Amino acid sequence: MSPETMTLLRTVINGRHVDLEIESRELLIDLLRERLELTGTKRSCDSQVCGACTVLLDGQPVSSCCTLAYEADGKTVQTIEGLAQDGVLDPIQAAFVEHAAIQCGFCTPGFVLTTKAMLAENPRPTRDEIKSYLGGNLCRCTGYWNILDAAEDAARRLADDAGVGS
Amino acid sequence: MTIASPSGTSYDVIGTNAPRTDALAKVQGQAQFAGDLRFHNMAYGRVLRSPYAHARIASIDTSAAEALPGVIAVMTGRNLPSGDPFYGHALKDRPVLAMERVRFVGEPVAAVAAETPAIADAALDLIEVEYAELPAATTIDQALAPGAPLLHNAPALRAGLFHGLGEIRLDEGNVCYHHAFARGDADDVFANADIVVEGEYVFPAVFQYSMEPHTTIASWEGGEDLTVWSSCQHPFLVRAELADLFALPVGAVRVVVPYLGGGFGAKSYTKMEPITSSLARLARRPVRIANSVDESMVTTRRHGMKAWLRTAATKEGKLLAREVRAWFDTGAFADNGPRVVATGADAAPGPYRWEAVKVDAWGVYTNTSPAGSYRAFGATHLQWCGELQIDEIGRRCGLDALQMRERNLLQYGESVRPGGKPLDADLIGDIQRVARSLDWDAPKPDGVAGRGMSVGLLAAGAHPVSTASLRMEADGSLTLLVSSTEVGQGARTVFAQIVAEELGVSPERVRVPGGDTRLTPYDRSTGASRSTTLAGMAVLRAAQDIRQQLLEIGGRFFDLPEFALEIKDGAIWHEGEQASYPSLIKFHFGMVGGELMGNGTVRPEKGSGSYAEGPVFWEVCIGGVELAVDPDTGVVTLNKVVSVADVGKALNPRQVVTQEMGGATQGIGNALFEEMIYDETGTLQNATLYEYHVPTIADMPQAFSSNIVENEDGPGPYGAKGVGEGALAGVAAAVATALADAGIHINELPATPERIWWAMQDQNAQTAGSTDDAGVSQEGGVDR
Repeated sequence: MSPETMTLLRTVINGRHVDLEIESRELLIDLLRERLELTGTKRSCDSQVCGACTVLLDGQPVSSCCTLAYEADGKTVQTIEGLAQDGVLDPIQAAFVEHAAIQCGFCTPGFVLTTKAMLAENPRPTRDEIKSYLGGNLCRCTGYWNILDAAEDAARRLADDAGVGS
Repeated sequence: MTIASPSGTSYDVIGTNAPRTDALAKVQGQAQFAGDLRFHNMAYGRVLRSPYAHARIASIDTSAAEALPGVIAVMTGRNLPSGDPFYGHALKDRPVLAMERVRFVGEPVAAVAAETPAIADAALDLIEVEYAELPAATTIDQALAPGAPLLHNAPALRAGLFHGLGEIRLDEGNVCYHHAFARGDADDVFANADIVVEGEYVFPAVFQYSMEPHTTIASWEGGEDLTVWSSCQHPFLVRAELADLFALPVGAVRVVVPYLGGGFGAKSYTKMEPITSSLARLARRPVRIANSVDESMVTTRRHGMKAWLRTAATKEGKLLAREVRAWFDTGAFADNGPRVVATGADAAPGPYRWEAVKVDAWGVYTNTSPAGSYRAFGATHLQWCGELQIDEIGRRCGLDALQMRERNLLQYGESVRPGGKPLDADLIGDIQRVARSLDWDAPKPDGVAGRGMSVGLLAAGAHPVSTASLRMEADGSLTLLVSSTEVGQGARTVFAQIVAEELGVSPERVRVPGGDTRLTPYDRSTGASRSTTLAGMAVLRAAQDIRQQLLEIGGRFFDLPEFALEIKDGAIWHEGEQASYPSLIKFHFGMVGGELMGNGTVRPEKGSGSYAEGPVFWEVCIGGVELAVDPDTGVVTLNKVVSVADVGKALNPRQVVTQEMGGATQGIGNALFEEMIYDETGTLQNATLYEYHVPTIADMPQAFSSNIVENEDGPGPYGAKGVGEGALAGVAAAVATALADAGIHINELPATPERIWWAMQDQNAQTAGSTDDAGVSQEGGVDR
């Protein structure tokens, strides 16, 4: 690793300022998993198909396996570790637990974060809109039924919390 | 979801939808998988793989790689740190790394341990390998042709530790296993039958795609103690193979299993553990090898298969005989091929009453990546072929699919195979549930092209050997030691429920850590739908052991006979008086401290418990499908998918349903989308998830209905029997029968839009009376 390939990255990860030297070609998934040991972000397809490595970059879902760490410069990164606040689950996480939308759990962080991005964009999605938005996340265990139910329920809970009228 | 009425025995925890014990950890990203573990001084291993399907290794030069700063060790077939480098649980046919020749594209040729993954990758590029290409046999036909290149010197192959399928006597050639049986005089029955249907069928190689690719970390202490953290389903079988490979006592090898990101059979038996352990020994450092998905695709897969079947019946629709020949492509090494062949052969006749049956099945070596286990192996391969023929016979004698099955299915208690366990499920009742779920007697709604059902049986349970230990601490909290692997199926949750039920506590009081062969007691394996039934029974007995100890202590505490005592709500009761567990343990030891330890064992009740005497139970493989087909594109829409889980007793009904949903979805993938495609050089053409399509959320059927049948007739705790595999085979076959019901005769899976479109052209041509036979459907068969 020669010095000229190193770059200073300034970013905010799960609410904390992070300044560190990165290699220009370093992937965001490696920064998170290998250097910061935020291993809740899962590695599977390495090709932006499965969604297991999804994190939120300024609120937008990205596949960290196909995103350079440098792309997080000046932005905020949210990983699954940053979702629960003071030990209280995010309503999306709570919905996934209650609807048994979790089996092996390897796809779960990616689905939860994609759902979060979806609900920020569209607080009251239809079932078809949910299917469309979650189409980039794979799950091999559940057949998706309970994930879909959990996402729908999370939308309801958040809409209720926000007082979105019906 | 519908639940048939159980006996009426009431339980507090059993039969409830207790939440998963691991849900909170998983939903917060805290659950640790093998790739999430970090060890001091850990090095990163990467594997160099063969670009040729069959070649002699002329030379390997590793000097440049060794000289690269940050490289710790470079391993080839010439410096393996084990005496006998061959392993394989069925046949010891596989060296840890390729020795003189490579046998498939992707075979590990060298491995590097380095300070970082990037350095390891750079070092791989510096290894110079010269290959001399050899003629390859990359298909079943090529491997069986006279004069075919030989993958192995078959007659000299040694049995592995867990062959378990009788004496091995292989002839020269590329056959690694032959399983055959016959009952009755099939030739005579076929010669005199009113109706004979015959056909040839092709099933593709399929990738299991457990989302977590295979990951292993190995660490040696003092050169003679090996610890492996691995994404493996069967830690005790891996331990035995590693001990054998390194000539160590079994106790010197420790296999620790974190959470698994899916298994589905891909992580059964030994996979990346021998390479990783060898590399760590050479590097004298802990080493991690984490496969990428494309590496896992060449680590294991489902067997591709070709088969010929014929079925005879009377003109009234009474089934008479079936004859099957099936060839399974096991790739370059046997892996679990012999077991897959045996299970496939057993499943081939289907659960019908036959006068004669004749089955031959072969495992065939080819120069492709090795094939092993995948959920519902054997049944998935052959059920759809046999079921298509049942329906074809029905069409010829004017009976529908339900009538054919009602007339011919085996009944409860009838013999499935001589010497084996009689049928322990109500198949006719089960298939009638499918019919009801599909509104079978109602005319097809507009837009529905076909409705299909299928029924099969899978020999489940593998070997009935499991143990469990339960510790009750001084404060009454419980830790269950059991080695079943949590692959996502929810085993830990069900075990906690069993303990909670027996000891009158809530499941949250029971901790169930992962398997660790040095700490948790022996369990044969996690597969064949065996965990709830067998490990669960060991857990039940361990809990009953503690329960008995508590009653004995309570008897002394109250100075009363045990029959005067009751156990409930975490205490021993006599009339209105109670003694809590902590107070009883304090009374027993005379101090605050100590613990109670309970043990439970399951072993064969008779004989050896071998496969031939089994199975532990018959898992039903039942599915129903209603579908529409776009006539212009051949694209299938699944309107409704139905499964039946004949589980004896659903210990956690919601988990049963989630198993069914997952299995059914994989059945849809196997039937409609999934196929590993090799070119003529034996190179996988669709080695990414872009090109290899697993079902996405967009592929969900419009409706799914899971029927849970609870007749409390299983050999497991509370009458339970396993679940999880049957829906895959059942639904895949029901897709095929529903297509045939729509007049689309498919004899090669997956039923892609292209294959369906061609079959529809053929159907249209036949309707028009044309003799043009493009895309011939062979299932049409011979009519007499």
